Order: sequence, then C-alpha cells, then structure tokens
Amino acid sequence: MTASLVVTASPHVRSQDSTPVIMWNVVGSLAPVVAAAAWFFGVSGLLVVAAAVVGAVATEHFLGRGGTLADGSAAITGLLLGLALPPGLPLWMACLGGAFGIAFGKLVWGGLGQNVFNPALVGRAFLQAAFPVAITTWPPVGGPFWALKGDLFALPFTRPATDAVTSATPLGLLKFEGHATRLLDLVTGATGGSVGETAALAILAGGAFLAWKRYLNWRAPVSILLTVAVVSALIHLVDPHRPDAPFMLFSGGLMLGAVYMATDLVTSPITNLGRWVFGFGIGVLVVVIRIWGGLPEGVMYAILFMNALVPFINRATQPRIFGSRGAKVAA
Amino acid sequence: MTASGFRHGVHPPEEKGLTSRLPIRRMPFPDEIILPLRQHAGKPAIPCVRVGDHVERGDPVALADGWVSVPIHASAAGTVAAIDWWPHPDGSMAQAVRIRVDRFAAQVPRPRMVPHWEGLSTDQVIGAVQDAGVVGLGGAAFPTHVKLAPPKDHAVHTLIINGAECEPYLTSDHRTMAEYPDRVLFGIRVMMHCLGVTRCVVGVERNKPDAIAALERARPADLDISILPLTVKYPQGAEKMLIHAVTGIEVPSGQLPVTVGVVVQNVGSVSAIAEVFETGLPLIERIVTVSGRGLRRPANLIVPVGTKLRDLIAYCGGMTDEGVEVIIGGPMMGQAQADLDAPVLKGTTGVVVLRREETRQEKVYPCIHCGRCLEACPVFLNPSLLGDFARVGRYEDMAEHHLADCMLCGSCAYVCPSNIPLAQFFQAGKAALRRAAAGAA
Repeated sequence: MTASLVVTASPHVRSQDSTPVIMWNVVGSLAPVVAAAAWFFGVSGLLVVAAAVVGAVATEHFLGRGGTLADGSAAITGLLLGLALPPGLPLWMACLGGAFGIAFGKLVWGGLGQNVFNPALVGRAFLQAAFPVAITTWPPVGGPFWALKGDLFALPFTRPATDAVTSATPLGLLKFEGHATRLLDLVTGATGGSVGETAALAILAGGAFLAWKRYLNWRAPVSILLTVAVVSALIHLVDPHRPDAPFMLFSGGLMLGAVYMATDLVTSPITNLGRWVFGFGIGVLVVVIRIWGGLPEGVMYAILFMNALVPFINRATQPRIFGSRGAKVAA
Repeated sequence: MTASGFRHGVHPPEEKGLTSRLPIRRMPFPDEIILPLRQHAGKPAIPCVRVGDHVERGDPVALADGWVSVPIHASAAGTVAAIDWWPHPDGSMAQAVRIRVDRFAAQVPRPRMVPHWEGLSTDQVIGAVQDAGVVGLGGAAFPTHVKLAPPKDHAVHTLIINGAECEPYLTSDHRTMAEYPDRVLFGIRVMMHCLGVTRCVVGVERNKPDAIAALERARPADLDISILPLTVKYPQGAEKMLIHAVTGIEVPSGQLPVTVGVVVQNVGSVSAIAEVFETGLPLIERIVTVSGRGLRRPANLIVPVGTKLRDLIAYCGGMTDEGVEVIIGGPMMGQAQADLDAPVLKGTTGVVVLRREETRQEKVYPCIHCGRCLEACPVFLNPSLLGDFARVGRYEDMAEHHLADCMLCGSCAYVCPSNIPLAQFFQAGKAALRRAAAGAA
C-alpha cells in the first residue's frame, strides 16, 4: 500500500513571490524614509508613525476577519498614514486616523483586495475633516532627537495646546504668504511638512528598490511626476509667478504620494495603459489644486479622486484578445 | 517582435538538466498492460477482442469508431484478462482492455508487409496512419490522420513541427530530435507529401542546441525544411504561440490553424508516422521522460503504451522519501495522479515526481490587483476579472470575456502572488458551460 499522494490542480508549481512577501518588502523599503523622519523630526515623528500603525493594526485584528495581520497590509496602511501626518499631531488622533482608515477604507469594503480607495488616504482625509487645525500645525524641522514636538500626549477629545513655535510648509508658505523655498532644502528634506513627505531622496530610493524587485509598477509614479513636471513647467512659462517644475516635484506629499500611495496595487488600475492614465489624472489634479484650489496641498484628494475612477479606467483599457483584430473586451 | 518568440508568458525553472543528457533506452515489458479505450481525442475505440483471447505485440485490440477515431493495439504479447473499468489518468474510471503479458515471450510482432510509401496514394498513406493508431504525441492525442487530410476549402502552405517542449522537466522530444533526427525528417517528408506543402519549419527552443544541430546536419537538400530556434519561454509550445513565433500570424480567436494555412504537428507524432512506414508497426510504445527530484533514477524511456505508473516508477528506482506528487505530463498543465495503477497512454509525454516543498501551497490570499496575471497571459485575457466571476459562478460573464480563448496553460496561476487557483477556476468554468450547453441541446 503506497503512502498517500498529494493531488493538486494544475499548475502544480508556482513562482516564488507571494502577497505577504510583497507587502513586507514594501514595509522594509520604507526604512530609509522612517530613518529620515527620525533625523528631521526626532522621536516625535516616530511616535506619530507608531501610533498610526497601532491604530491600523489593532482595528484590523479586532474588527477584521481574523488572521490577516500576517499579510502586512495593515502595517503598510498605518506606516503610510503616519508618514503623511504632522510630527506633532496628538497621538490619539494618529491612532484614530489609522483605525478609521482600516475600518472605513478597507474592512467595510470586504477586506484586502476589495476596497476602491487607498485606506491610508481615507484615514488622512478623515483627520483633515475632523481636526483641521491640528493637522495643519507644522512643527519646525530639527532640534534635539528627544524633544517632543507639538502636543503629542494631549488627552483624547481635549483641545491640543498650540505650540509656540510652528512653521509653515513650503506649499503653505507659497500659497498663503508668497514665499519661495530653496530647492536644495526641498530635496534633502530640511523643511517643515509631514513626517515622511520631506525626504524625497529616501522615498525615491525605496521606490527604486521596489521597482527593481517588481513589487511596484513604475508606470503610475513616472506618469504622475512627468505630468506634474510638464504641466507646472508650462504654467510657469505662461506666468513666472507660479512655481516651477522642480518646486512642484519636491514639495509637499507628491513624492510620497506618487511612489507609495498611487502604487497601492489594490486601488490602482490593473492594466499598464490604465496606470499611465491614472498617473496623468493625478498629476493634473495635483497641479490644479495646488495652484487654484483652497488647500496648499492636493496630492491626497487627487489620488482619492482618481481611485474612484479606477473601475472605469480598468474597463476602458482592457487589452485586445489574441487573434481578434481590434476588438476589445468590455470589462 | 522577431520571428522567434511571442509576447507575455512566464519563465518557470526548466529543470531539464535531470534528463536532458540521458540517452533514450528501452524499459522491460511489464507484467500487465492496461489499454483504456478512451485515450485520444474524438470517439473512443471499440473493443475487437474478447476475454481469454491471446494477442501478439502489435495486434489490434480495439477498432476506430468513425473518422475522428483511431484503433488501439496491444503493446505486448499476452492474454486479454479483462475488459473492465480501470483508473484512467484523468481521474475517472474508464473502460480498458487489460492484458496479462506473457512473461517469457520474445515480444516479436507478427510479420507484416511494409509498403513503400511513395508507391501509395495520399488516401492510402492517410489510411495507413489511421490504421496504425497514430495520434498527437504532444499530449492532446488528436488523431493524426485527420490533420493529414485538412478540409479542402483551406489551402495549407506551411507545416510547422513543434519541437518547443516548453514544459519543465520534459525532454522526450529533445532526445528524439537529438538521437533520431533522420526518422523525424523522414516523417516530415511523408507529411509534406500528404499535405501538398513545400515549406516546413521545425521550431525548437534554444535550450536544445544539440537537437538543433542534429536536425540541421540531417536536413535533406531536396526539401525546404528549416530549423528555427525559439526563445525559451512557457508556453512556447502552445499551438497558437508557436504559429505566431514562426509566421508572425495570430490565429483568429476560435479558429483552427488550418484557417491561416498552417498545420502543426508534434515531433514525436512525426517520428511515429515515420515508424509506420519504416517498420510497419502501429503506435504501441512511446518515449516518456520520467523525472523529478522525488524520483530516484530519472530517465528517458521507450515505454509500452499501457504500462502502469506503478511499474514505470518502480523501474526508475521508485519514489524517494520526499516524493509526494506524481504528475502525468509537465508541472504546468499535467494531471496529478491519485492512483498509481493508472497507465501510460499514447499521449503521455512525461511523468514528474515532485517533493513536498516543490508542490503548490494551500493558502490563498485575496486578489490584490497586481496585474501580473494580465502580463503573463499569452492570449491577453484578464485572468483576475475572470477569476472574480468564477468565484461567484457567473459563467456566462466568463464566456463573454473570452473564456473560450483560454488554453488552460496555467501561466496566470503560476505568477499569482496570492496563490489563487485561476487555471482551476477556468477549467471549472469551461466544464460548467459545456454542461449547460449539453443540457440545453
């Protein structure tokens, strides 16, 4: 009597990559960004990120289907949300943002793979609407590592103390006060801003690593950055008072959004052509909101808006079937 | 797009080093031969022997049932022990002729006349091929004589010989081309004559340089036969991908290659045709690659059709302690076996034994829309969307989204990082649609 045989359905072999491997590599690729955040904003930045992660992970564990933490996607949501928040944000707000993002940006849709909107951005949009003052309070960069910025430990539902020393972000400076910022400061990250958005080079390094490993599709970020560069360069040509392309590219959350938010596999288009279209739409919207919108920063809403259009983009960019001249599938 | 490849596809590890240098050798005759009546596309054969009859090697045991059917012959001398249900490699129980082999017989077939093929008419040649029970040896087992007589309303201009052998582990076609190039080219000559074509291209993946060289050396000067190296990619050996690589033409969706003037035949089948006109023997044995790291002694063997898997694996030293899965065919499209009493069929290209760490894991994650399946699918479908439909049983939607074009190659399921069993979904979807069509008819 032979020992029992394993019977699988074909194909009986698989390539090495798995979804958890991809997710945890994305988490790992954010290490340079987190390190840069620690450099510029000290322990405050790390605490905000940690609080967002705790909120996200706890919500997924207690309200989710169970057993899904191991795939790493809740950790990514918490990390990206934390990196998009001001370093002095009260920790309870960061935690609540992570919880809201996972609950309403992912779990109510049916869990991993089912959501339309980027969960980290859903959390951030919630915080923007619920705590507009706190989320636009930007502590200055620098200072000792252990210095606590903002009012991190404000008790829940109490009004946070306003820090005596705040600074504006480069975009805020431009829109509300008409000041420009040195390009070198923007590129290296020595400006005010959210925890992770300032270190453009660290973000690009992480993105390059992921693209090399094929865990990230390069088309959406390249499309966004190209569009922003071209559109803002054209506008700058027509009206030199408007910011030029390098300023647009390196200020605000564009790098973080382009490389990590717009490349979220679940909420971006599934076809390569669709990713170009997606990136183009985001790029145009970012420039429009930044220049003519009421807010200094437009990346979050641009991405959320294009997320909503992804099902239509997918339908419109289905590939032609082999052996059918010109006929496209209606998705 | 050069002439030697196609778009998309995947690159599973080749694993051919286990057997690619092993010369073909003959295995001893087993004690029992199982000949299922259904081992070719078309109608199953009808038994023409009774229990207790003695048969010599090469005697017919079942006759063709109509045009799209072939006879089946005894692959060893012995006594018909039963005509009964027996495990079939496709997982079902099927009617089969069971022969108890004469242990000490010389296994010499009956003497027979071998007509010189050039003295026969085309119809007689085609009839001889059908009477010999020749089917496509690449796995699909389609009756070869039907391909030799294409419908008159399509002019055939090119014969393409499929030497791609893109499945991992399998090297039977490779060794056939490297060791018997003259036989292959003789078979091509016969085919070209039957089809009335003047041009033939033999497509061989670049990972078989010795096969390419052997065929080049043996090429006859009087025929336009060229050997075309192909990129090493799965599924290069799929008919439509091969035609595209060789001619640049995309066979229209739902149509046969003959509509674009091409006939494709596997290298092994061509070799079988040659043997019919060299020795007069019907198709009673074939070259099988027995491989995998779960097997003690991999080999390329001449195996009598109907040899039980159990006997074949035992002859190769048996499974190792880590061997857990036995697959007929290759690991991408082959069928895993639950019962080692199932026999080798005419269409069995290989037997692969995998270890546990090489088999697919069970945990399935949700689809994360990474799009790798779209980049892998050689017919440019959207497997992710088709998988979503399959999961909720929306088979008509799958049909609308071109499920019929799916050839179940498994490239999508191979690359899926969430381990979603896409090919299995599509197989179930196709079966459901067939049942619905049969029910409505």
